[in-house]
Amino acid sequence: MENFFLEETSKTPKLSFDVSTGKFLMSGRSIPENSIEFYKPLLEWLDEYIKKPCAKTEFDVKLEYFNTSSSKCLVEIFRRLEKIKGAEVVINWFYEEDDEDMQESGEDFKELIDIPIIMSVIEN
Amino acid sequence: MYRALDVQGFYEQFHSEDIIMSYNGNANGDLLNNLIHVAQAKLAQVEPKSSIRKRVFNILVEILQNIYHHYGQITIKDFPNKESITFVFAKTQANYYIVAGNFVLNEEIPALKEKIDLINALPAEKLKRVYIETLGNGVISEKGGAGLGLIEIARKSAGKLSYEFRLFDSHLSFFSLMVKIPADLPAAA
Repeated sequence: MENFFLEETSKTPKLSFDVSTGKFLMSGRSIPENSIEFYKPLLEWLDEYIKKPCAKTEFDVKLEYFNTSSSKCLVEIFRRLEKIKGAEVVINWFYEEDDEDMQESGEDFKELIDIPIIMSVIEN
Repeated sequence: MYRALDVQGFYEQFHSEDIIMSYNGNANGDLLNNLIHVAQAKLAQVEPKSSIRKRVFNILVEILQNIYHHYGQITIKDFPNKESITFVFAKTQANYYIVAGNFVLNEEIPALKEKIDLINALPAEKLKRVYIETLGNGVISEKGGAGLGLIEIARKSAGKLSYEFRLFDSHLSFFSLMVKIPADLPAAA
């Protein structure tokens, strides 16, 4: 299976999902009008990945902005990772020190998702 | 708890220098994209605090994309202005204001009104619960909306959503939504 990689655009994030190291990254902004269409290929890729995951999967989420339809897709992505059994999964949720909104979004996901979400401040 | 929004009165309360940008006319996906881009560039010029800039931009995107997702719902053939919108982005010393308006079918009004009134009636902590619940359970609609937009706007603006339905004819009304975002103080939880 191949790595999943997409360059960022003004409306969609960089996606870098490495199947051999289990290092996943989403960074930039996620404000497409149609988030489902954008994230569908990634969700399909994850359906394959979780069948044979790495011993440790580490997912860095470093978003500047995201719209509410992207937040639904993030839930879908996290739910895929929740299905991984017998291997470690951790999500690092990055936010800038004064960005209370992004911090709060991370806290919201913590309440919904049964995977450790580590809150990480990006030093300004 | 209907919050009357007098759009004309709203315009009149601003000095011309308060208006950051405004648009009035027909819209399509490209135009909404351009409005988002221009608003973002303007915001970078007027707002020094990155946290406020992000919050305002987020709300701008939700509001304009709400209009986008509403496209195609009005299928009345003989009404060329059905995709006409108004959009005003303004800043006073204390607050940012975003007003956006679009046509809605009269039959859509009760559900929309009920939804906004419900959001306005919830205290911040309850609004957070409803948001998290909707995020976890809601089904994404065909057009990409998740039913979260208005809740998110209310949470981030930390104020009540003001709105107005102005009857246009037997089929249509013009719906305007106004959001106020404090420019200096962080929003309450």
